[in-house]
Amino acid sequence: MFITVTLSLLEGLWTTFKIFSLTLLMALPLGLIISLGSMSKIKVIKWPIKTLIWVIRGTPLMLQLIVFGFGPGLLGIDGMSTFVAVMIAFVLNYACYFSEIYRGGIEGIPKGQYEAGTVLGLTKTQIFFKIVLMQVIKRIIPPMSNEFLTLVKDTSLANTIMIYEITWNAKRFMNSAHILWPLFYSGLFYLAFCGILTLLFGYIEKKLDYYKG
Amino acid sequence: MAILEIKNLKKSFGKTEVLKDISFSMEKGEAVSIIGSSGSGKTTFLRCINFLEKADSGTILLNGNEIFNGENKHTMSSADIRKNQLNFGFVFQQFNLFPQYNVLENVTLAPRLLAKERPDFKTNKKAIYKEIEENALSLLEKAGLKEKINNYPCQLSGGQQQRVAIVRALALNPEIMLFDEPTSALDPELTNEVLNIIKDLVDKDMTMIIVTHEMNFAKNVSDRVVFMDDGYIVEEGSPDEIFTNPKSERLKEFLSNTKV
Repeated sequence: MFITVTLSLLEGLWTTFKIFSLTLLMALPLGLIISLGSMSKIKVIKWPIKTLIWVIRGTPLMLQLIVFGFGPGLLGIDGMSTFVAVMIAFVLNYACYFSEIYRGGIEGIPKGQYEAGTVLGLTKTQIFFKIVLMQVIKRIIPPMSNEFLTLVKDTSLANTIMIYEITWNAKRFMNSAHILWPLFYSGLFYLAFCGILTLLFGYIEKKLDYYKG
Repeated sequence: MAILEIKNLKKSFGKTEVLKDISFSMEKGEAVSIIGSSGSGKTTFLRCINFLEKADSGTILLNGNEIFNGENKHTMSSADIRKNQLNFGFVFQQFNLFPQYNVLENVTLAPRLLAKERPDFKTNKKAIYKEIEENALSLLEKAGLKEKINNYPCQLSGGQQQRVAIVRALALNPEIMLFDEPTSALDPELTNEVLNIIKDLVDKDMTMIIVTHEMNFAKNVSDRVVFMDDGYIVEEGSPDEIFTNPKSERLKEFLSNTKV
């Protein structure tokens, strides 16, 4: 039984990992775009984006999963797989949270850094990518590590729309074999996953420790 | 012909008029110090010269060419502003080095990026980069920073950081150097190492404007001293005239409150 459960949870872990990595892959750049939009001086860009961030951060992720999971079907749109729905919900949700972290990081860069770039003849794009971005990354590592860990555990919400990740597979044994321990056991998988991430973030922080500011 | 000629420059922030009517001109090779109490508009004036602030009205001519006119300030293209900005080297009170780059990288970053706009960049990339690095190394050596090229700004003293910042500005071969209180953020014992570098530049006839609170420096090193007060240039002249024979009451008062 133990081996059966372990194999089943490992299979779930793969799905969990897929949701996790695909979300990061898409939400990290999208979050940057959203954050630049939310800081835009152009009102028709700024306010819709601010509203989007408010709605996404103001409603439960589980509800968003249900909206994207079942909404298209209710509207008569067929053919969107549940996995795609999960990805849309996760990417949008995390991009909005990331965007606020980016915004904090970008607004925290001293004005003098932009001015120094300007007087040296750098274009705005060069200032952003060559000077500001690297400093933003260093500043946002601690809040980002929080979000990454939260994301690992949030993937379990995908089971509400029938995605067979770790928690779904563990719950299945509860229903079929009337045993609870696979659920507790699944906690170890999350714990190990987060442990690796914590070590990784510690390593990155140390790597970026060569300078201050 | 004057290298820099400024006519009737005005600038307000909100309702506060910071520059009320500034006209100023300087010759090539001149070193001009601007003195005055805090809030007199010295720094704003300096920042308007290279467009870190856009003046509300007035004109700026460089070598006889108009590089700023308050009448069409909204239609200036950012490419033009950038091009004109490169005529000036600017040194900040707070150094503003890039913390993630070492000393050499701080100095070469801008020249390397600008080199990409040269038509012969693709064919001559290696030679161009080599030339940029050699130029940076020689400037750093002259500033006594040869040992520090691989250090990061956070590993340097304030005086060393400011010397790097000066070298970084010089690496782009500006026509005029602008110094905004370059020693105000430094411990007294570190100011001299920075002032000596600036003095070397004066000796080499670099054209420059220095906003400073270092009265001895203004007195002994600059060719001309400008005294600003309340958004106006109140008095200007040779260091001798300004410090030993001030005419206006305001300057007399200012000097009596300042140790020289």
